Amino acid sequence: MVRPPAPAPRRRVPGRQAPLALFVPAGLGLAFLVLPLAGLLARAPWATLPQRLAAPGVLTALRLSLLTATGATLLCLVLGVPLAWVLARVRFPGRRLVRALVTVPLVLPPVVGGVALLLVFGRRGLLGGWLDATLGVTLPFTTAGVVLAEAFVAMPFLVIAVEGALRAADARYEEAAATLGAGRWATFTHVTLPLVAPGVAAGAVLCWARALGEFGATITFAGNFPGRTQTMPLAVYLALETDLEAAIVLSLVLLTVSVAILAGLRDRWVTGP
Amino acid sequence: MTAATTRTALAGAFALALALAGCAGGADQPGEGGDGVRGPVTVLAAASLTEAFTRLGDEFEAAHPGATVTFGFAGSAALATQVNQGAPADVFAAASPATMRPVTDAGNAADAPATFARNQLVIAVPEGNPGRVGALADLTRPGVKVALCAEQVPCGAAARTALAAAGVALTPVTLESDVKGALAKVRLGEVDAALVYRTDATAAASQVDAVEFPESARAVNDYPIVVLRQAGNPTAARAFVAYVLSERGRAALAAAGFQPPRA
Repeated sequence: MVRPPAPAPRRRVPGRQAPLALFVPAGLGLAFLVLPLAGLLARAPWATLPQRLAAPGVLTALRLSLLTATGATLLCLVLGVPLAWVLARVRFPGRRLVRALVTVPLVLPPVVGGVALLLVFGRRGLLGGWLDATLGVTLPFTTAGVVLAEAFVAMPFLVIAVEGALRAADARYEEAAATLGAGRWATFTHVTLPLVAPGVAAGAVLCWARALGEFGATITFAGNFPGRTQTMPLAVYLALETDLEAAIVLSLVLLTVSVAILAGLRDRWVTGP
Repeated sequence: MTAATTRTALAGAFALALALAGCAGGADQPGEGGDGVRGPVTVLAAASLTEAFTRLGDEFEAAHPGATVTFGFAGSAALATQVNQGAPADVFAAASPATMRPVTDAGNAADAPATFARNQLVIAVPEGNPGRVGALADLTRPGVKVALCAEQVPCGAAARTALAAAGVALTPVTLESDVKGALAKVRLGEVDAALVYRTDATAAASQVDAVEFPESARAVNDYPIVVLRQAGNPTAARAFVAYVLSERGRAALAAAGFQPPRA
């Protein structure tokens, strides 16, 4: 999915040889994806945009969103890169199952993820009760809870990207390092990681973008409180309750950030011929 | 189990009522579409009406065999936005006049809204009241976690009014987007208390306890209902609204814990 495609020396089919019938659905498909974004731009209250962007709630939510998405990405890097390494380099029984489990959050409705997180990390959850009683740590309704919810949903993106990069990387470099006397850890940090650095970077950015847009798991697990757990998507949803224009402005901010991220990533994972 | 028993009892009472109506009505069969009440009716209703309206819908369908009622329950304000964005609906029932107003202001109501019920807030606490909450002031005790509705939605606006009336300033841990969200946090035991409608606490009585507080009388919500201008089935929509306002509708609402509208 994110793996940079191998440069295929295949001859390109010139556009005019493609069946004309494909262009109509292709165009409709593109319009379907782009029109809603255009709608957002068309309805945006441009005249009052500066004042609305400067409203204190917007900046608070944006700051919290950027902070938690970054925190979630760091957490995913710390846990997800080793996980990807194990999946790519270690043979063990049940590896297919583990790989399937890792990707479950991709298809699970985020609200379900939030409920599941509550049942484990909530005050009465399997681990949450213990955390609360022994360490005095409660995660729901905290910024840390938002990070957790976002990481749960976003980590598969990183794991898949890094695992793909690891599989594509040439294992002979690692073998060479080992024969030259490098320990396992040194091999991992000095050979493997630099080798897959572009894949890790692409996965991290994608993970960050997904965390930034997280809504369902966050509102279910971490609740909604301005400055503490109200991220941009939550602010959009609540703004919609009263003020469509405010919701449009907030959406516009998220759209801009997302497009900027993807544009920056373009060369990494949508390389075209 | 209790729900099933209640349902059976209701169904029985209903069959009896129908039989009686049939006897009294003579040749005129109200359910056979003689009154033109048939087809689908889509009702967008405040989340707090979920239990009462679901029951009312079943009764309405039983009384009008040609008609089917479909509900969309959500926060009133979100529903009002949906209505104004052209959601295909026949009836809109809100939890406050303030959330009905955008719809009437936009000219999307076919008639003037009618008030059909009132609701009052209670403090919902997890069963057994682990936080030992007895009054509104207890919610400000350190360590007591409280969920409120966001002030954009009616239960949040009512909570804010009640807290102001009581002179209680509290910081909730979360501001939920509708009353069911606040109640869910109580059910899960994640918060020690939430300000919700009495009807919601009644519906969840197996899992939460309700603590009444006097200041709730200062923040009573009137529930308005209206037939929408964009209704695709106005006849059935009017019949449903009439049913909600009828004695039978009022009885179902009372059973759910609603109070009758001010005379």
